[in-house]
Formats: sequence, structure tokens, C-alpha cells
Amino acid sequence: MSLDHENDGALNEKLIEQVLSRYPDKAAKRRKKHLSVAKSGDEAGKEGEILSECDVKSNIKSIPGVMTIRGCAYAGSKGVVWGPVKDMVHISHGPVGCGQYSWSQRRNYYVGTTGIDTFVTLQFTSDFQEKDIVFGGDKKLEKIIDEIEELFPLNNGISIQSECPIGLIGDDIEAVSRKKADEHDKTIVPVRCEGFRGVSQSLGHHIANDAIRDWVLDKTEVDFDAGPFDVNIIGDYNIGGDAWASRILLEEVGLRVVGNWSGDATLAEVERAPKAKLNLIHCYRSMNYICRHMEEKYGIPWMEYNFFGPSQIEASLRKIAKHFGPTIEDKTEAVIAKYRPLVDAVIDKYWPRLKGKTVMLYVGGLRPRHVITAYEDLGMEIVGTGYEFAHNDDYQRTGHYVKEGTLIYDDVTGYELEKFIEGIRPDLVGSGIKEKYPVQKMGIPFRQMHSWDYSGPYHGYDGFAIFARDMDLAINSPVWDLYDAPWKKKAGPPMAMAAE
Amino acid sequence: MPQSAEKVLDHAPLFREPEYRQMLAEKRLNFECPHPDQIVTDQGEYTKSWEYREKNLAREALVVNPAKACQPLGAVFAAAGFERTMSFVHGSQGCVAYYRSHLSRHFKEPSSAVSSSMTEDAAVFGGLKNMVDGLANTYTLYDPKMIAVSTTCMAEVIGDDLHGFIENARNEGSVPPDFDVPFAHTPAFVGSHVDGYDVMVKGILEHFWKGQERKETRGTINIIPGFDGFCVGNNRELKRLLDLMEVSYTFLQDASDQFDTPSDGMYRMYDGGTMIKDVKASLNAEATLSLQHYNTRKTLEYCKEVGQATASFHYPLGVKATDEFLMKVSEISGKDIPGAIGMERGRLVDAMADSQAWLHGKKYAIYGDPDFVYAVARFVMETGGEPTHCLATNGTSAWEAEMKELLQSSPFGKDAQVWAGKDLWAMRSLLFTEPVDLLIGNSYGKYLERDTGTPLIRLMFPIFDRHHHHRFPLMGYQGGLRVLTAILDKIFDKLDRETSEPGVTDYSFDLTR
Repeated sequence: MSLDHENDGALNEKLIEQVLSRYPDKAAKRRKKHLSVAKSGDEAGKEGEILSECDVKSNIKSIPGVMTIRGCAYAGSKGVVWGPVKDMVHISHGPVGCGQYSWSQRRNYYVGTTGIDTFVTLQFTSDFQEKDIVFGGDKKLEKIIDEIEELFPLNNGISIQSECPIGLIGDDIEAVSRKKADEHDKTIVPVRCEGFRGVSQSLGHHIANDAIRDWVLDKTEVDFDAGPFDVNIIGDYNIGGDAWASRILLEEVGLRVVGNWSGDATLAEVERAPKAKLNLIHCYRSMNYICRHMEEKYGIPWMEYNFFGPSQIEASLRKIAKHFGPTIEDKTEAVIAKYRPLVDAVIDKYWPRLKGKTVMLYVGGLRPRHVITAYEDLGMEIVGTGYEFAHNDDYQRTGHYVKEGTLIYDDVTGYELEKFIEGIRPDLVGSGIKEKYPVQKMGIPFRQMHSWDYSGPYHGYDGFAIFARDMDLAINSPVWDLYDAPWKKKAGPPMAMAAE
Repeated sequence: MPQSAEKVLDHAPLFREPEYRQMLAEKRLNFECPHPDQIVTDQGEYTKSWEYREKNLAREALVVNPAKACQPLGAVFAAAGFERTMSFVHGSQGCVAYYRSHLSRHFKEPSSAVSSSMTEDAAVFGGLKNMVDGLANTYTLYDPKMIAVSTTCMAEVIGDDLHGFIENARNEGSVPPDFDVPFAHTPAFVGSHVDGYDVMVKGILEHFWKGQERKETRGTINIIPGFDGFCVGNNRELKRLLDLMEVSYTFLQDASDQFDTPSDGMYRMYDGGTMIKDVKASLNAEATLSLQHYNTRKTLEYCKEVGQATASFHYPLGVKATDEFLMKVSEISGKDIPGAIGMERGRLVDAMADSQAWLHGKKYAIYGDPDFVYAVARFVMETGGEPTHCLATNGTSAWEAEMKELLQSSPFGKDAQVWAGKDLWAMRSLLFTEPVDLLIGNSYGKYLERDTGTPLIRLMFPIFDRHHHHRFPLMGYQGGLRVLTAILDKIFDKLDRETSEPGVTDYSFDLTR
């Protein structure tokens, strides 16, 4: 379905040169490794073909003072992995800010009675004061756990999400957790996700995965009748309901989703995971660690899939079905056929409105590559993409998606992104809340691609229709034509005034 | 299949469709291992009881849904109110991503700030190198006129010496020798965002005023607005009033343009803010007035030290508070309050008289920053309303005492209760046990509205789920009109909803109210 196009590699090389020339030498040298233009890949044509090579350095410390867009390990653990587990209380352990700024911002949808048996959109904090820093916070943490048990007795567990000071003042949250877990007969999980650890959210994901391994799996008897088609969805945080729009498809093809990690999840779903027959991983970056662990320890294979856009959905469904054999494969073909009219209708409606429109992306875990084909399904072209916190294996995988000449930027700085957008002037930018308003000021349509800009779901066939609608309403809004006052001469002023 | 290309259903309607409802019900039944419904219902009811309230208010360690943020957010907001100033927050980088997101979500505007991106090695060896490299990069890339340095709790816990580090960086050529790099220590484990605002503004004033000789210019006034999510509307409204009075004034910290840049094809990383030359000259002002006392305690102390007269207000909103502010300005400046402003005052009073029957005796729960809560409680009493619960998570004992004094000054405040240091989970218990007619706060209050059914009026930062309210003033007589209208709309909308059932309650569905 995708258009045959090639990006202007020469222009992109020049843009990279231009932005680097602005940095102090030391910083330019370091940033150079993170920017590149996708080169042509090996022989094309087969399934799993590599379209290009995205050769940048990644998962390295950000340079001070350049306005990195990245977050921290706490954001990766509390904000991404643990926060969505709905029947547990997640304590933001430390000063008030981290929990406050991340409160209810990720749109991990769930069903439950909030504050009674479900706690996702509550902000539990130990609100550290100076005396807690000086004398340590362990006693306070004990008391907090007791108070949670008294006031929120239907919680099924507690996690302790460490903020920066915890690791610096030498608190022993593991000891507190063990003691209180015994006392209350509850799962209590200490997570060492202090914000200064690692270089981005990414280490927080890893630490959070390890905490599941060390403090949850095999800790309780799981009474469950396993079935032949049991799968876990791993790395779907149910943003705007993504996991639900995925689950409905997997169930339709005959699979039984016994756990969803971690959007709309209960602790029971996490505990049960080792009983499944296959782990289906959507966000590879944030949860590959636990899949590898489950493979090693319980022999559960894992498989990456992509539920953005019909091309990837079909390919993924078939790949998953193949694992289970003819029964599931037959149903899968029926499901693909069932949704075909919807897909055709969506594409018929939006293709003429979106065909040939260019897109630049800058997002987190999997989306800088995973959503590419969904855009292409609508006739759009990706001209640049990059990740906040990818590792080398992510960029390798990106080669399967992007075309030669695509601009690639790792841990992009505010300055670079602005200059790249200004230079390329795409028809749409997909990134985060911090990028949204600067881009829109330039007169360029924008969609938040972390939170789905308060829309969604974007996963699955149902989500694809919403995705198409949202990209159309962003690009084809009449507001972009109102930017120029009619009495002003068309002089082509600069689009940005950051650094000039 | 519920989805179609003709009528695309997003999350709100999509998951109400039978296919999804059934799927979610089965998920719950088969895989979630939930508590039995009756237990959940019972616990839900129990949380509405006085017994639960007693336990809830007796909490000593746990904080749930606080209505406050941490110091560096206030510092970043403060710095945004000065000419071409880039905030540089020394410490972990995730914090800066949070402040920027938080401010952008409220203002629907860009919010720029950089981090020194300290990681584990910096935790061990200190962040000097991060400061030296960071300042050089910020200076080169973002071409600021000033870099305002504040700190995250990480840098504070390890005890980095900002002053020394900045001098070091200057010596190493990160910024030119005479480049302005004011700073403030803003540990997140002390105070709240209002204190971060205070110390950052003080840091900037000290940077420019220290060692300078003060030559007082009679009649000139500095105005410090404080941390204010409505700065866009408020600052412009106050300037209009001061211009009408022909007063010579300087706003010390003014983010009204920074957080309200136009869409015309150009992204302005910096816009507006107090000019650096004006900050320098403001040393000579006769007086400095703070619009929010609890946002400026240290700064005003410093202004007093340098010899200025000072006075502080509690977010001048409503009739008497605006009267007092204007009279103080008039007293210092020697300028009369012109007839035009008198007319505005009269129009607000007129509106209040027109609507008084609908407002009299209405009970309110008000939460937010200390000065805001004071202001709204006072205005509510002017309309004949009764502020039943006044809560500030970042309220001090001094605030509590001042609130009680205010409330005792009016018969409408005699039943009021003041809750300093309490959070919104405490407010939930208060609303269940001693219900009110209206809740005034910010977007976080929507959870209280959902749980307790108390209609919420959003008048304070942060407002994430409604757009553009902050573009209109709350302060001054014009602001009073806006607050009045917001309250009345809420009352009338509720009444209409309750009286709209055809043939059952719609006898009271009056056309004229």
C-alpha cells in the first residue's frame, strides 16, 4: 500500500551539518554520532527486508544544557511500566514533584472504582521534607504503608517508586518492603528507579522489569487452568484504550489473553504470566527484558508484533496465527476478511486527503518505527524519525521501516528538532507535549504521539480509523490558512526565533 | 463491528459499544481476580463516613492527591517572566521534562528550560562539569540574555555549590565574563512551587541589585505577581488599571507574553518579560508590592533590606481586595484613582447586586495556593456565600491564622474551617461528610466532582482539561466579573440539569432566572 518515494538525503545531510556547526566543538563532536541519514539497505524484496540502515549512536548520556526531550528512570518505571497496574498503590517515594507532574498524564485507561479498588489516577506520595532527607525516610515509608492499608484496604499490592533522593541518602526500601509485606501479607515491590540512574527513561523500564522478576513472579501460588491458546500482551499500556482495541482482535482470532502488561492490568495478570503459551510484545523497548527472562526461565517464546495500521496488523496477525497452527490461522483469515471493508472504507475516505503528505516523528519506545506503516497505509511519507531513549537494537529494527534518505535523530535537542522541522517543513509532526506548541506556532500541523493527543485508541482496526481521522483533522484544519494577516506582505519571515 | 469510516468512534463512544462492554466484563470475570462487588460497594460507602474521615484526617505520613508542586517548577515559571531568560535546572534531567510538560499542558504554549543532565557519576563526583559544559551549550545554542539557574533535589542532596560552580564556569569561558547568571537553590523537599518562585525572583533581584547604590525615585512602584497560572489575563488587566492611573510601575516578573505568543508562522522561544534594564532600575523604586504574600516572603524581605517600602496582598480579586490594592497604589504613587475605574467598580457591584439572590448562602469548598484561597474566600463572602472548607496543601500555620482572622471578620465565615497542609483525598472526606454547593480549585478537582457530585469551578493552576480560561483576568474588578459569571453559570447549569426532566421536574425549568 505504501507509496514509492525516496527522501532527500542530500538535503538532510546538509541540515545535519548546519545544526552541528552551531554547537561548541565538544558538543558538536558528541552530537554528530546521534544524527544520520538512512543508507540503503541490503537486497530488498523478501519478508523482513531491510529497507535501510539507521546507523546512529544511542542510549548515551545526554549533553548538559542542550534541552534534551528525555525523561528519567522514575518516569520509565512509575510512568510507564508500574503506574498502569490498577489494583496496586504506587507510591512516588521522595519529594512531591515527580508524582505531581506525572499524575494522570499518561492516559492508561482502566476500568475500576478509583480510590476504592483501583488507584491509577491517584497521586500517592511520601512528600519528603528536609527532615526525611536528613534522618532518612524508612520509618516514614513504614508508616505510609500502614496508612495505605488502613485507608485503601482493597489494594492488592504496593510498589515503591524511588525518586532521586532515596538512593542518595541510603534508605533501605527493600528491608521496609520485606518487613511490611510479611506484616500485611501483601505484595510490596521496592523499585530502585531513582531519576539519576541511567541516561533516560530506558533504564527505568529495565529496573521495573527486574522488580517484577524479583518481587512478583513465583512469589504466590497461581491457581489457573492453562489453555492451549493462552497469550500475554506485553508492553501495551492501554493509552486511550490501545490494549482493548488489540485484545478484541486477538480474542476474535481464537486466542485467550490471560494477562495484559500493564495497561488495565491487575496484579493477578502479572503473576499469572508464566502460565501463558506465548508472549506477544508490542513495546519491545520497555518490556523485552521480562520476555527474555520468561523465555529463559519458563520456556515461553515471545514474538514482536505491530498493531498500527492494516498492513502491519495483517502481517502480525498472520505471524501470530502461524505460531498456533491451522485452527487459529483459519480464524485469522476470517477476521482479516471481516475487517477488510472497514479498512477499505477508511483508506478510500482519507487517502485522497492525505496522499503524499510528509511526516516527521520524534517519540519514545516503539512508535518512531511502529507507526510508519500506518502513515504509509494512508499514502503519507515519513521524512524523519528518531527516538528519545532507543538502543542500538531499536535502530536496527527501524531499518525495516524507513526508506533511504530519511533523517534519523537520536535524543534530539530542542534546537536540532526546530531546525530540522524548519529545513524540511513537513506537513505533519508527531511528537510530545513539549514539542507541540513550538511546531504549531510555525504553522505546521502536529499530533501528540505519546498520549494520542487525548484521542485514541490507535491500535487495531478500530484504532486505525481514529488514527486516520486524527491525522486528517490535524493536516486539513482551516486554522493553518489564517496565520498570515492579509495586510502583511508575503516576505517569508523566519519560522523560529530561538537562536537567531 | 462498531467502527465505521463514516462515523469514526474514538475512545469515549467506542468502548461503550456492546462488543467492548462484553469483552471488558469477561476480562474482569476471568482474568482480573477482583474483589467481590459487594465488598467494593461497602468500602466505597465506608469512605463517605465520618469514621473514615477521622482516620483520613489523622494521617501523619501518607499524602494522597496534594494540591502543590515542588520548588523548581516555581523557579522555572519565575524565570520565564524575564527578558530572553533561559531556565537552567541543575540536577537530574527528567525533572525538567516534567516542568516543561506541566506548564505547556496548562498554558497550551511552549515552555523552554534546560537541564544539566546529571547522572550517576555526577551523583558521586558532583555536577561541576555538567554546569561548565551545560552553560556553554545553553549560551551558544539558545542565545539567551540571561540564564537563571535553579536546582532539582538531586543536586541539593549531594550539596552542589551553585555560586562556586557558576563562577567556575564563567572562568572557564562557558559564558562571557559579564553575562548574567542569577541562581537560586530550590530543593523539592522544602516548601512548594510558591517558595521556588520566591527564591528565584529574589535571586534575580539580588544578582542585579547587590552592591548597587539605590537612588529612590519617589512614586514609582514595583509589582511582583507571584506564581499565577492566570498571569496572562491578570498581568495585562493590572497593567491596564495602572496605566489608567498613570502610575510609574515595573512588573518584576511578568510571564504574560511568554505564555501567550501568537500563531503567525514564527516560533518565539522568548517573548516579553521584564527587561533586564528595568530590573536594574527597579532598585530605585519607592515601593515593591507583592500580589501574593505567600509567594514572596523572602523577596519582600530583601526589598525591605535595600530600603524599599513594601506591602503584600492576597491575589487582589473581588471588590474590597481590589479597592485596597488600588488605594495602596494611589497612596504610594500620589495618583488618584480615576473615574473610569470607579465606574468599573460600580459595574462589578451592580452585577453582584443583580445576582445576589442566587449566591446568598451558597456553601463553598475552596482549595489551591494560599493567597488564592484567601482571595476567593473573601470574594465569596462578599457575594453572601459561605466558604465552608478552605484548604491549602502548601498553607502554613501563619496562613491558617490569617484565614481564620478573615473568616471571623464576616458572619458568612463563621462556620468556615481552614485546612492547612491537607490534601485532596482529605477534601474528599470533607465533601462527603459536610457537603457544599460548589467546589473551587483546579483540574485535579474533577476527581472530587466525580466522586462527590460537587460542581467544580476551575480558577487556579493547573487547568489541563479546559482551554483558555487563563487568558482572561481574575484580578481587579473585571476579574471579579469573570469569577462571578463562572460561579453563576455553574449554579444555573446545575439547576437547569436538575429541573429538565420533562413532565417530572421541568415545572421549575424557568426561562428567566
